[in-house]
Amino acid sequence: MSEPNAAVRANKLGDFLKELGSAFWIVVAVLALLPLVGGFLLNDYIYHLIILTLMWSIMGMAWNLLGGFTGQVSFGHAAFFGTGAYTGGMLAFKLGISAWYGLLLGGFVAVALAAVIGWICFRLRGPYFALATLAVAEILRLVANNWVDFTNGPMGIQVQRTFTTKLPYYYIVLTLAAVTFLVIRAVIASKLGYYFVAIREDQDAAEAMGIPTARYKRISLYFSAFFMAMAGAFYMVYMGYIDPHVVYALHDISIITIMVAMVGGVATFWGPPVGALIMILIGELFRRLPWAGTAHLTFFGILLIVIIIFMPNGVVGDAHKLFGFLRKPVPKAPSPVTAEKP
Amino acid sequence: MAVLESVDVTRFFGGLAAVSNVSFQVNPGEIVGLIGPNGAGKTTIFNLINNYFSPTSGDIVFQGEKITGLPTHEICKRGIARTFQVVKPFRRMSVLENIMTSAFLRYPKAEEAREKARWCLDYTGLLAYQDTLGRSLPLGQRKRLEIARALATEPKLLLLDETCAGLNPSELNEAIDIIRKINQDLGITIIIIEHHMKVIMSISHRIVVLHHGQKISEGTPQQVVSSPQVVEAYLGEKYAAG
Repeated sequence: MSEPNAAVRANKLGDFLKELGSAFWIVVAVLALLPLVGGFLLNDYIYHLIILTLMWSIMGMAWNLLGGFTGQVSFGHAAFFGTGAYTGGMLAFKLGISAWYGLLLGGFVAVALAAVIGWICFRLRGPYFALATLAVAEILRLVANNWVDFTNGPMGIQVQRTFTTKLPYYYIVLTLAAVTFLVIRAVIASKLGYYFVAIREDQDAAEAMGIPTARYKRISLYFSAFFMAMAGAFYMVYMGYIDPHVVYALHDISIITIMVAMVGGVATFWGPPVGALIMILIGELFRRLPWAGTAHLTFFGILLIVIIIFMPNGVVGDAHKLFGFLRKPVPKAPSPVTAEKP
Repeated sequence: MAVLESVDVTRFFGGLAAVSNVSFQVNPGEIVGLIGPNGAGKTTIFNLINNYFSPTSGDIVFQGEKITGLPTHEICKRGIARTFQVVKPFRRMSVLENIMTSAFLRYPKAEEAREKARWCLDYTGLLAYQDTLGRSLPLGQRKRLEIARALATEPKLLLLDETCAGLNPSELNEAIDIIRKINQDLGITIIIIEHHMKVIMSISHRIVVLHHGQKISEGTPQQVVSSPQVVEAYLGEKYAAG
């Protein structure tokens, strides 16, 4: 047994542990094992909260890809959520096919819709783009509400729930969230991710460097729309009932999706999941206060103001501000800027 | 065959002709200096070449093909890269990532793009800054970042817009060396806009002089500085006469 071999093996093991130890797999493993090991801690209510948190994580991650990494802030992501939900719902309601197919099909319908929305809205930059997306989502809500023959209008769509317990939904949404996280992380690590961030940072420079900015903005929108719609379709099968005012809602879907991403941390991988957890917990906390009514919306507004002023990069992006006092001050590494200057 | 040909190019902004009837040629392997007083239309020429604006009339011909009206990104893909006078680093990306982003044009795989980017950084002397964020880079290095980023797209023609402005003397010499190296070793044709006369006189093979959007002179550096029109444009009539 020679030393170098052992060293190599130790190194490999180190890499393996690093891979295994990456936060993502730990979180997924803990959540996956939780019902088996800690089932006694869980009741239907807690399952429900975790399921909602995971669903909102997917929505936040979807928005974050377009709004955070690509810099195209959308105020109308309910358009895709609602379309995903309605695709699933209509499959069951009109065709008698299982609404579960909506998880995939809804994504593709949303991508088709995104092609139209992108064609309309990407002619505009910055706040004008944001307002255009808001308008499109509102149009869809009104259409879904008034086209009674097609969508059943304000009566909504009801679907028989497949499972009577929470557990299957828990594992399904956990899988969906994990897949979303991995896909988005892979996208950001690839050429696409570099192009998206370049577009956010300086569209003119990006174009001059040979990046077809219009095309890559659309690609970002398609990914974002797909995952948003997947979450919407999951909502359909999980809740068993949708109507236009719920799934195409401006304040309850579009705005809260933005808040999930912003509170957690825009353009970070962990921001949306952390943001979703915070938002769900705060929402539930307020629901338990009998005098609060819908005051949680007021509180969300205040929270957003506080976040924008003090932690513009969100809880994850500005984690050092929250937890900095826990760590020993790290001596600042000599930067090449100061090191080289005569 | 000329690498680039500008044929009677005119561009109006409202009623103002920023560039009018400008024609010139750039031959393979040349460094052509583009000079003129402020507002002469130098940067506008660059913006017309890479179609940031389209010409009101006239054509840009690159390697014998008309590229007028092609999208900016397509022009870059054909082989014309540029730097910006007002530097545009991707502020929240590291220097390496900045260059990688542009290397992806020819190297779609992240590993290859990273390798190409490292090579460009080494070539322009920025390797020590590879992990620095774009926004924390000092101006001199930002100008070089612009060059490295353009280089990573493997251009045949490089448009340098005042990449030497605001540099201190030692940085200036380094910049001149880098530009020469790019031209001689990599065989990249260059058009350079520069106010710094030392730079322009020492590295240009030929110079095109613009004034009020019109070409007033063209020739070797010596020919250009002895041209009365050029002296007049820069210093006024009095000096031209004397």
